[in-house]
Amino acid sequence: MNSVKRWLTILMACLFAAACAPAPPENTIIISGPFEPVNQDTATAGYIFTRMQIIETLVDVDDEGNLTPGLAINWHPDESFTQWHFELRPDVYFHDGQPMTAQSVVNSLRVAMGKPAPFNTRLIKHAEALSEREVLFTLTEPFRPFPSLLSNYTTAILSPATFGTFNRIKSLIGTGPYQIEDFEPPHNIKARRFDNYWGEPATIEKAEYITGHRSETRALMVRTGQADIVYNLDPSAVSSLSTNPDVKVFSTPIPRTTQIKLNLALPSLSDPKVRQALSLALDRTGIAEGILRVPGVEANQLFGPTMGVWHLATAPTPTQQLDRARQLLDDAGWHEGDDGIRYRNHHPLELEMITYANRPELIVIATAIQDQWAQIGVNLNVEMENASAIPSGHHDGTLQTALMARNYANIPDPLGIMLADFTSEQGGDWGPMNWSNPDVFSGLNELAEETDDAAYQRTVTQVMTAIQNDLPLIPVVFYVQQSAVSARVKGFSFDPYERSFRISTMQLEQ
Amino acid sequence: MRQILLRRLLQAFLMAWSVGTLTFVLVRLLPGDMAYKIAAGRYGDDAVNTAAAQAVALELGLDKPAINQYFAWLWDLVSLDLGDSLVTGAPVIYELQIQLGYSVVLAGWGILIAAAIAFPVGIISGLKANSNWDKTALTTSAFIRSQPVFCLGLLLIFIFAMELNWLPVAGFGGGAYVILPSLTLGLSLAAISNRIIRNATRQAKESAYFHFAQVKGLPFYRAFNRHILPNIAIPTLAFMGIQLIGLVEGVIMIESLFAWPGIGHGLSHAVFARDIPMLQGTALIMGFLFVLVNTMVDISHYLLDPRVRETR
Repeated sequence: MNSVKRWLTILMACLFAAACAPAPPENTIIISGPFEPVNQDTATAGYIFTRMQIIETLVDVDDEGNLTPGLAINWHPDESFTQWHFELRPDVYFHDGQPMTAQSVVNSLRVAMGKPAPFNTRLIKHAEALSEREVLFTLTEPFRPFPSLLSNYTTAILSPATFGTFNRIKSLIGTGPYQIEDFEPPHNIKARRFDNYWGEPATIEKAEYITGHRSETRALMVRTGQADIVYNLDPSAVSSLSTNPDVKVFSTPIPRTTQIKLNLALPSLSDPKVRQALSLALDRTGIAEGILRVPGVEANQLFGPTMGVWHLATAPTPTQQLDRARQLLDDAGWHEGDDGIRYRNHHPLELEMITYANRPELIVIATAIQDQWAQIGVNLNVEMENASAIPSGHHDGTLQTALMARNYANIPDPLGIMLADFTSEQGGDWGPMNWSNPDVFSGLNELAEETDDAAYQRTVTQVMTAIQNDLPLIPVVFYVQQSAVSARVKGFSFDPYERSFRISTMQLEQ
Repeated sequence: MRQILLRRLLQAFLMAWSVGTLTFVLVRLLPGDMAYKIAAGRYGDDAVNTAAAQAVALELGLDKPAINQYFAWLWDLVSLDLGDSLVTGAPVIYELQIQLGYSVVLAGWGILIAAAIAFPVGIISGLKANSNWDKTALTTSAFIRSQPVFCLGLLLIFIFAMELNWLPVAGFGGGAYVILPSLTLGLSLAAISNRIIRNATRQAKESAYFHFAQVKGLPFYRAFNRHILPNIAIPTLAFMGIQLIGLVEGVIMIESLFAWPGIGHGLSHAVFARDIPMLQGTALIMGFLFVLVNTMVDISHYLLDPRVRETR
C-alpha cells in the first residue's frame, strides 16, 4: 500500500510542477484560426502565408477594396486592356537575401499559372521582363480587372530558390516583413521578423500561428491568454467573450455574402415568381438577430456595402412578406394541397438544399429557411455535405438549391467574378446555374472594355438592378467576421479582404 | 513464445492486406466525386471549383479504373511504400511519423494515468466491497463513463484551464499541454478498468486460497502481494488490451478538442478529404499497433500466468 501511496504522491507532484499555463512570451504574438496550412504551396495554402505576412503580391488592396501598390508601384494597360505594363518596387529583397527582379517575378508567376487558381489561369498569354524593374503581360483577351487578379494569394512573388525539381516548393521564400522559422503542417507556423524588409520593419519580433479547429477552443485560448488574436468565432463564443475585460471583440463586415444558389433548370425555379416568393418568405431579420446575433446584416443584394459601386445603396431593406409570397405562388399555378404543401399538375413543390459544415452557422440558417419556406407551402429537405458538393453538383447538374457563403474578396474587383459567373447560361460553380439574361451578359462584356468611368458606373448599376430583379441567386445575409483580441495587443485592425493579419503594424504591451 | 510471435506475424500480414483493401473499397463507396473532395481538402472551401477538381483528377489519374489503382497500391505496399498524401503531397510515412509520435505520447500518458487511478481505486473498492468508498467509486465511474470523452474534456478545461488557470486550453509545445488531454483519456479509461480491478480483487479476496493463506498465518500484506495481486493482474491486462480499441475512438475526439496533432486528427481529416493513401497508411499503422499491443499482452500473459506456460 505504501508504494502505491508513494507513486500517487510522485504523480501529483509531477502534475502540479508542470501545471502552470504558459503565458505567451513577451516578444511573440500568437494567433489562432480554423485555417489549416497543409503545405507550403501557394496554390494550396498561400492565403495563410499572405495573412502571416510571409509572402506578398504585386498588387495590394485597401479596406475599401481599391487596388494599391504592393510589390509593383505602378501599372497601366494599353487601350484594348490586353497588354499590361507593370513597374516593380525598387530595393525589394527576398528572405534569402536575393533582390527581386523582373525575371524572378516572371518566373514566379509562370509557376503559379501552371496550378489551379480562383480565376482563369490561361488568361495570361505571355509575361516578359522588359528591364530589371518592368514586366509586360500580354493577355489572350481584353480584361479590365486584370490587376485585381495579381492581388490573389496564388500570384505571390517567390524567390527562384523556392522551387526545386518540377517546380515543387522546397521552402517558401517570400518578401514579407516576416520569414518562416519553423513549419509543422497543418498545425503551426512560426515566423520571425525579416530585418531587410522593403517597408517599415515589424515591431513584434516573432509571430506564431496555431490551427485551432473548434470555435469553442479558440475562444477559450484567447480568454486564458494562451492566444493573442483568434479569428472566425461563432455567435455563442462572441457573446461569452464580450463580457470579459481582458479581451476585445471586433465585428467587421467582409465581402462575403450568405446566399441561396438555385438551379434554374428545375421547372419550379425557372419561374421568376417562385424565386421572388422564396425570397419574400425569408425572415432575414430573424436570421441576423436570432442566429448570427448581428443586427442589420440582412442582404438585399449580392454585394454588401463594402463593395463600392457594385453595391446598390438605394435598395430597400428586405422584410418578410408571407402573404405576398403566397399570392405569387398562387399566380404561378402552385396551389396548396391538404397536407400544406403546394402542388402544380400533381407535382409537389419540393426542393433539396445542400450546405456544408465548415461554417457552423450555415446549417442553422438552412433549418431556419426550411421552416420559413414551409410556411408558404414549400417542402425543403436540407442535406449536410462537404463544400465541394456545390461545384460538383453544379457541374453534373444534380444540385437543386444550396446555401453557401460566397467569398468576394478572392478577387477584389467584382468585375472579375461577374465576368466569370454571370456572362453565360452555364453560370459559375459558386454563382448562378442555368440562368440566362442577354442584357446582363452583354452589359458585363461591355464593362470589360469600358474606359469611361461614368459610363462604367451607370452600366454597373443597370446590371446589378437587373440581377436583383431576376434573382438567379437569393441573397440572405452579409457576412460579419468576428475576432477577439487580448488586451496586450495594441494597434489591431482587421483586414476586411482577409489578405493580412497586419501583425507588422501591431505592438505588444509589455 | 515462438508460436505466439509467429501467429501474430501472420495476423499482421493478413491485417495489413485486409485493412488496406477495406479502406480502399469503403472510400470508393462514399458518395460524392472524389476529385472534388480532394480539391476541397487541398485548396480550401473558397477555392474549390471544377477547374481545380479536373486538375486533381488529371494529376492523380483518378479517371483510370479503380482496379488498376488498387493493384498499384498493393504493389507499393509490398515494396513498403505508403505513397504520398493526396492533399499535402508529402510522403505518408513522413506525416505518420509526426502524428504517431504525438499520439503515442498522448496514449502512453493516458494509459499511465488510467493505471495510476484505476489500480488504487479498484483495489481499495474490491477490498472494501460495498463500503461507502466502493459506492462512491461506482457512481463516479458511471458518471464519467456515461458521457462522451468530449464533455469530460470540456469539463476539465473549465476547471483547470479557465477557473484555476493552471493549464493551457489547447495546442502543443510543452509538458503542460499534454496534461489535460491525457488526463481526459486516462479518466475515461480508468472509469471502466477500476471496476474490472475491483471485481477481480473482490473475487480473489473471497477465494479459498486467500483465506487459506491467511489461516496459515501470513500477514495481510504478504497474502495480498502473493495471492491477490497476480490474480488481478491477468484479467486486468486482458481487459486493457481490449480497451485499446476504445482508445482510438477517444483519441480522435480528444485530439480534435485539444487541437492535438496526432493520428486521430489526421485520420478524421483524411476521411473528409478522401485522402486514400493517408487513410490506408493511418489504418495500417493503427492495425499494426493493435497487433503489437495484443502480442505484448499475450507475452505478458504468458510470463505472468504459469497455467498458460504449462498448457503450451
